[in-house]
Order: sequence, then C-alpha cells, then structure tokens
Amino acid sequence: MASAFDYAPAPESRSVVDIAPSYGLFIDGEFTEAADGKVFKTVSPSTEEVLSEIAQAGEADVDRAVKAARKAFEKWSALPGSERAKYLFRIARIIQERSRELAVLETLDNGKPIKETRDADLPLVAAHFFYYAGWADKLDHAGFGANPRPLGVAGQVIPWNFPLLMLAWKIAPALATGNTVVLKPAETTPLSALFFADICRQAGLPKGVVNILPGYGDTGAALVAHPDVDKVAFTGSTAVGKAIARQMAGTTKKVTLELGGKGANIVFDDAPIDQAVEGIVTGIFFNQGQVCCAGSRLLVQESIQDELLDSLKRRLSTLRLGDPLDKNTDIGAINSAEQLSRITTLVEQGEAEGAERWSPACELPSSGYWFAPTLFTNVTQAHTIARDEIFGPVLSVLTFRTPEEAVAKANNSQYGLSAGIWTEKGSRILAVASKLRAGVIWSNTFNKFDPTSPFGGYKESGFGREGGRHGLEAYLAPSSPEGER
Amino acid sequence: MSTVDRLSVFKTYKLYVGGKFPRSESGRVYEVTDSKGKWLANAPQSSRKDARDAVVAARKAFGGWSGATAYNRGQILYRIAEMLEGRKDQFVREVADAEGLSKSKASVVVDAAIDRWVWYAGWTDKIAQVVGGANPVAGPYFNLSSPEPTGVVTVLAPQESSFLGLISVVAPVIATGNTAVVIASEKSPLPALSLGEVLATSDLPGGVVNVLSGRTAEIASPLAAHQDVNAIDLAGADGVLAKELEIAAADNLKRVLRPQPVDYNETPGIDRLTAFLETKTVWHPTGSLGASGSSY
Amino acid sequence: MPTTAPTAHALGDVTASDSTLRRFLHGLPGVDAVGLEARAASLGTRSIKTTAKAYAIDLAISMVDLTTLEGADTPGKVRSLGAKAVRPDPTDRTSPSTAAVCVYPDMVAVAKEAVAGSSVKVASVATAFPAGRAALAVKLADVRDAVAAGADEIDMVIDRGAFLAGHYMKVHDEIVAVKEASGAARLKVIFETGELSTYDNIRRASWLGMLAGADFIKTSTGKVAVNATPANTLLMLEAVRDFRAQTGIQVGVKPAGGIRTSKDAVKFLVIVNETAGEDWLDNHWFRFGASSLLNDLLMQRQKLATGRYSGPDYVTVD
Repeated sequence: MASAFDYAPAPESRSVVDIAPSYGLFIDGEFTEAADGKVFKTVSPSTEEVLSEIAQAGEADVDRAVKAARKAFEKWSALPGSERAKYLFRIARIIQERSRELAVLETLDNGKPIKETRDADLPLVAAHFFYYAGWADKLDHAGFGANPRPLGVAGQVIPWNFPLLMLAWKIAPALATGNTVVLKPAETTPLSALFFADICRQAGLPKGVVNILPGYGDTGAALVAHPDVDKVAFTGSTAVGKAIARQMAGTTKKVTLELGGKGANIVFDDAPIDQAVEGIVTGIFFNQGQVCCAGSRLLVQESIQDELLDSLKRRLSTLRLGDPLDKNTDIGAINSAEQLSRITTLVEQGEAEGAERWSPACELPSSGYWFAPTLFTNVTQAHTIARDEIFGPVLSVLTFRTPEEAVAKANNSQYGLSAGIWTEKGSRILAVASKLRAGVIWSNTFNKFDPTSPFGGYKESGFGREGGRHGLEAYLAPSSPEGER
Repeated sequence: MSTVDRLSVFKTYKLYVGGKFPRSESGRVYEVTDSKGKWLANAPQSSRKDARDAVVAARKAFGGWSGATAYNRGQILYRIAEMLEGRKDQFVREVADAEGLSKSKASVVVDAAIDRWVWYAGWTDKIAQVVGGANPVAGPYFNLSSPEPTGVVTVLAPQESSFLGLISVVAPVIATGNTAVVIASEKSPLPALSLGEVLATSDLPGGVVNVLSGRTAEIASPLAAHQDVNAIDLAGADGVLAKELEIAAADNLKRVLRPQPVDYNETPGIDRLTAFLETKTVWHPTGSLGASGSSY
Repeated sequence: MPTTAPTAHALGDVTASDSTLRRFLHGLPGVDAVGLEARAASLGTRSIKTTAKAYAIDLAISMVDLTTLEGADTPGKVRSLGAKAVRPDPTDRTSPSTAAVCVYPDMVAVAKEAVAGSSVKVASVATAFPAGRAALAVKLADVRDAVAAGADEIDMVIDRGAFLAGHYMKVHDEIVAVKEASGAARLKVIFETGELSTYDNIRRASWLGMLAGADFIKTSTGKVAVNATPANTLLMLEAVRDFRAQTGIQVGVKPAGGIRTSKDAVKFLVIVNETAGEDWLDNHWFRFGASSLLNDLLMQRQKLATGRYSGPDYVTVD
C-alpha cells in the first residue's frame, strides 16, 4: 500500500442507529420475553463489545409463534394479491429510507465493511422486497397454473453471513405468495431481523404475518420440527441441511435448502487479466470469504499461472483490513470466535498437507476476530483445503491444462453452487457453462446478485432456487378444486 | 373564517410535452364542460405541429428510458403511484366532474387507477421472464429470446374512462420501456392533463409520456401517418376513425392495437404489455469440449 | 523515480515491422468493459477526508496543466493564465503552483514570459491539434516552431484515422519523428480516447505510444464530447505499470478534459495510488489537463483551511 497517499480515517457515524440495551422475541406483532426468560448477548465481532441482550426463543415460544402465524394466515392468504403487494412495497420503501441506519447496524453486528452493507447488502434487500411485491398479484402469470395457492406457515432459518439479505430472500417471496412466516435469525446476528420487525410495524403489516425468533441451533431445530409448519426453508451449513432433510422424511413438509459450496473460479489463458484479478478478489474476499458461493478455488490455466499470481499478489497488497465502520475498509472482521477457529484449523491443515501459504503484509487489530487474506498455491484436488469449505478469506490455487480438465476439476466436488469462467471467447464461456455442475455461473464477473436471478445449488449445495420467477415455486402449491390447502 | 366565499384560482390547463408544460403552438383552446354542460375549463386544442413536437420529444427520451434498468423503471412507476395517492382528492374532483360521477364513485375509480399503476410498476422486471427465455434449438447453439420495447407509441386514450382507462392504456406502454404520445379523451381531457403534473414530479424523464388534448381525429391522423412512430393504440377511436388510422399506420407498418370493449375495472392480462414488445432472438455457438480434443 | 529511456529494451523487436507490431498489439489481453468500469467506480467510493484530502488537493493543484486552447486566445489571455498558474490563490500564498500551462504553439513565447522565474512549465499542443489531419511535414514544422519558442513539453495528437485503419506502424513512426523534433522537450501523446472508442483500442494505443517513446500518454484533446474518464485512465495506468514492469521504463499519464471538480480529481488520484502506485503520485508522472478544475481545487483548499464553504468571488477569473 502506498504510504505517500495515506487515507485518513473515514469512519461512518454510529449515531445514525439506536441499538437498545435489550430486545425481545417478535411474536404476533409484539416484542415479548422468552417464556423461560432466557437471554443471550450479541457482540460486535470487530471489537468484541456487547451490542445488546436478546431474548432466546425456546420450544414454547416456537409453538406460540407458529400459532400466531397460522392464525394470521387465514386473513393474509385471503387478501387480494394487490393488497399484499402494497404491504411489501411499503416495506421496500421503508427499507430504502432506513438504509443507512440498517447498513451501520449490519456492519456492527456482522463485522463486514460498511462499504459492503451500504453498497451491496442494503440495496439488494430493498430490491428483493420490490421484486416480490410485484409478483403478489400476478401469480397467475408465473407459470405455476391458474390459481396457485400458498402453503401456509413457513419456518425459515437463516445464517449470519448476510443477515438482512437472507431474511429478504426468505420473507419476500413467502409473503408475496400469501404464506406467513416464523423466521429464526442466526445467533451471532439477530439485530437486523429485529429492526425488520419494527419496519413491519411501520408498514402496518398485520400481526402474526411475520414472527422473528432469535435463538441458537435448538430454536431452529424446534421450528423446523414443529408439526404445524408447512414449509421449511434453510440456509446454512451442509451438515445441518442434511440433518433437516432427514428430519423432513415422512412428513408432508416442503423443504428448500441452500447450503455450502466450494466454487471454482476458472481463468483461461485468454482471460481479460486485470478484470480476472478483480473477479478473483471479489470472489474470495468479498464478505471476508464468508459466502456460500465464494470462488474459493482458483483454477488457473497452467500457462499463465505465474503471471496471474504476480498480478493477484500485487492487487492483494492494496486491500485494507480494519475497522468495518471505516468507509475505506475492504476486509472486515470474521463473524465469531468459532468461525475464526474453524478457518484457522483448516488453514493449518493446508500448511500441514504441504500447500504453500502467502498473505500480503497485514496488521490485525488487537481485539476482535480477524484473519488476513490468504493464498495457498500448489494445491491439488487431494488437499483438504481444495475440498472442504473454509468460509473465510482463504483462496486455494490449482492449475489445469485444457478446458476439459478445468471442467473435470471444477465438477470434482460434493458441492455444486457456483463457478466462474474467465475468457474472452464467448463460445468457450457457453461450452464450459453447459458442462459445469453448478447452479450459478458467472462469466467474466463474480458474486453478482439480483432479485430477478434464480440462485441455488446442485448436489450437496442444496436444492430449490431463490430469486426470480423460480423463487416462487417453493412457496406455492398447485391450485386444487377446493381452492384451499 | 370569512363569511364571503373565497374566489378560487382557476388552473390554466397546458399540454405536457418533453417534461414541460407548453400551450398549443396553434394558440387554440376549446371548451370542456361537465356532464351537465357546465363550463370546467378551456383545454389546449393541439395541432399537428404539437403532435410532431411530441414525437420528437418521445423519440429523444426513448434511448434513456429503454436503456434504464427494469428495476429503475419499476421504481419510477411506483413513485407515480405515490404521487397520485397524495393527490387523490384533486383527482376525485376532476374525475367526478369529467365523468358525472358521485364523489364516492369517483373515489373508487381513482383508487383503482392508483392500484393499476402499482400493478404495472411490478411488471417491469418480470415481463421478460414470462415472455422470454432460452430456446432448445437442435444444435450446439445457445439461443435466447428477449422482449424489447418497440419505440414511440401513439396512444388514443379511451373517450369515456378519462382516468382509469387512460392509465390502463398508458402505464403498460411505458412499463416495458416504450415512450408515449397520448391523445387525451376529447370530451374529458382534464384528468389526463393533470396527470402530466404528477408525471413531472415523479422522476419520470421528460418526453417519456407526452399528453396532448384537442380533437382526436385532428391529431390522431398525423400521428398515425408519422414515420417515426412505431406503434399505435386505437382505444380512443370509434370504428370509422379506427379504420382510417389503421390504413395510415400501414405506411411504416406500425404495430396496431385495435379498439376493443374493455372493462377497465377488471385486472388486465398481459396483452397490453406484449402488444408493444418486439422479440429479439440471439444465437451463439456453444462449441464443444469434445473427447477427441477440444478446439479451444 | 524518473528513468531515462534507453534505445533498446525488452520489447525492442516488437516494432521490427508492421506485422510484428500488429500481432503484438492484437495479442494484448482483452479488456472486459463492465469489469473495468466497475473497478473504476469502486475506487471512486474511497472516502478521502481531512489530512488525506489536504494532501490530495495540493497534489492535484501541482499536477494541473492549466489550459487555454481557444481560437480567441490573445497574449493578454495567456499572460493572465500564466500569472494564475504561478500564483493560483490570491488569498493564500501557500498554494502550490500548477505543473504547467498548456497553449497553442503561437502563444508559447508569451507563456514563457508569463511564467519566467517559476517552476511552471510551458506545454504546447502541436501536430495540427486537435484533429491531427495534416501532412507529416506540416505537423513536424508545428512541433519545431513550438520548441523554438521555448516549449518545455509537447502535447501531440496521433493520427486516429491511421490507427482505426490498422496502420499501426504509420502511427508509431509519426510519434518517433515528433519525439525527435521535440528535442529535449518531453513528449505527451494524445490518443483521443473518445474517437478510439473501445477499451481494447485504448490499451493498444497506450502500448503503441510507449513503444514509440512517449514520455506521457494522454487521453484526449478536450475538444470532443467524451474525454477523460476514470475507466479509460485506469486502463492507461495499468498499461504504464505493466510497461515499466516489462522494460524498466516509466511513462507518465495525463487525463484531459471533463475533470471539473476536486471530487473528480481526487478519484483519479486514488486510481493512480491503487493501480500504478506512489511512484506516479508526482507531477513529473501524472498531470490533469484542465481549466475550471483549478478554481474548484482552490475553493476546496480554502474550505479545509477556514472551515467555511467558499465562493466564486474568492478565486480568480483567468
């Protein structure tokens, strides 16, 4: 990093958001304590400061929330779609109005840079609500039959990496199609969901339509197991996803799962190199690599490996790691001590297995959970770090000789969520894309999201798609003669 | 509160062209009366030169409007609904006067019109998913069909339904990225002219919608023959005029939407959206990886 | 650090013939336009405040080639411009001078007098600026005239017609001839990026200019609709960075036209900083071709110094 032009601190102000000392569960339009009074703390991962004390939902609370959602479902599903649409449009507009506040909140609770919450997360959150609002009264045209019906009560469990965005991906299509929801945010990032509850209040959303239950894994387990939940939607680790899939067996519950990945970013010898470098950096260091669709494997054509790595290393030295609230920060904190420990363990494994580790010079703050951007070269498919999802800012670099080999290596994974293809040749993009077993393929770009664009994986990355017209399918049943579930 | 009735300030009704509010270049106006014959206002009586200027404005605006993202267009259409909601009282009065409705019936009409804008706002980023898609051709090609806006559309707004009908014919045209030259109802033009005020305050770029008032036949003829207009919606034309305009439109093969009986209270289908869309189909070889050795 | 250009370098045989030159230029990596523009836009979101902003503003002022290139230029106008370049801020003598003034060849003598005794250089456009449509002999005479009048720097235009027709060697040889005619004056080569139109062309022109011996590569004349943009300047900075890595020769970059506000200028400096690096954060290696930019920089400088928003009455008309 150039020292002649030292960027002075440019902190975003915390004063735009007012975090209360404690928050309750949001059930049936009201904030309440947990039935057994349990609470937990949520912490800012960049400083380890306690942000707030949150009620922790237990089984009794789950039951009460599902009942509230069931009760609200009757009226909500009977509303004309155009009325549901207007509620969702209101929510979208209020999110836009409060974007700055929500961005700062998300940065504090999650640890990611304000630049990302401000420029990526929040605009997508609002856009998701806008998009699905518009479907609420057009379901006849969605390709699911003449009068598709909602399923009922959706139990939704979301992860900590994009808290509010994952909430939007779950709640927007569910509500648009006439379902009601009980949503459990991740235990390390409950705050934006609770602020969303306040936005529902401002929008006049009928009570019980949205219920928010902060808690740990057991809260989520109770929710998906609840007999009166018709639809389960889960985004999180593959291990938990499999457990849920087993649990759903023999029930009538519809399930969608969005799980892990080990995305291959394939760079051919005729790639636009400077933009490919940007794509690699975005692919693995955006959100500190804590992204299911991260490009965590770089597959570079062997003939250009040295040149590409030189450019990449030079580029990595301009990454700025530090205070997530500083507007010039590129790399923020890791979300939790647990996650940091997982990353560290896998990285040590990488070294133990003989891969070569490199990081740019990087000063880590003394408190908080931090991991420097890291590159492993001389990695092969046999290495653990080429196979297991690290979910951190760690890139494994492998090589290939021919397009067939690139495809074979990219597909050689239990995962199948995302892939990137870098080449100037259009027909190669299309040929390779047609052979990759991945649900989202980016060519000459990476980590691009849009509410109109379906997202989801093949194989153990899960099933079902979120976003687009396809995203409605998970929340609809074909119409029946009786017109009811 | 004074015991003497306060004298109101009459609105001078202007055209809405290119984002501005000009009078007719002809300097003419005509009387607009309510259903009982009481004078409401003088409305501009547009000439063919006004029509010509409106087409120029619509063409100028087309590049930017069709090039905007569908999301952006949806935001602006929703903003129009927000602005209309704020002016509900104004439009209830105008519609009541224009169509001889009671205030409560007019209120129902205006509510439906606002909701109609919201409905179309939600279509901008979905129509491509409903009518477009990949085509599984029998060969190593990627083949994609996408809808694109046709260009400048002349719209003859319904003669009777001066607000709900007006909005039902205008919104679908611009939702998909076309720009419009709108001929307001001849006998009830005022809600259309007032709509211009709403459009001007909604971030809608100037020229995307242009509103002309006057004698329908007089302005529709040059527009139907205009070589730089791509399509025409004949909703506001009676049988005789409609035929005449369709003949004139054939000179540059405009896409023509013939008049049909419509209950504007009912939720529309997508035909008003697709009527002004072209389908573009692109082929691209996908090549092959080939076990015999890739050509790449 | 400045380096002198040796006659032979790692890429010397690229210019052996028209066909080797063409193959080299067409073999350069492609540019993905969406990706390039996204990177430029992303660098534009850097937040440059307080001390960093003060540094950037002073640096930007010192990098301005204060320009007047109008048919209506008179000695009076040029004297006024020169005085301003030397002492930009009448309310604050601590402001740096600009790097240079930039004028037409027949104004060079007046400009020299106006900046005499200061660090401000005199740059002259030449080679039938801005269109470049004249015989080579005429273009070279234009250059010699400017040099004889005392120009320290020559801003030439390439023959865009020849470039777009694929006659790369012709373009190359003209630059070599102009460099020779420039003598000791440093040569800036203007591509007219708006006319070259594609990023691939701008990349090729950059390498072509540097292979031919340019001291600076420059985006545009400022006389067309689209001039310097963050994206095309980013691309040119990548080119000079890569050229130095391959040959050891450092070449400067000058975006010109369309840079009106301090905010714009600071964005460009961020791009320099994070692409080519701090070696280019010096007016020997980076310039802004601008006129109205200077007053905005001065007003921003005044705001930083006084805490108050400034106004047009507190900067001079030049």
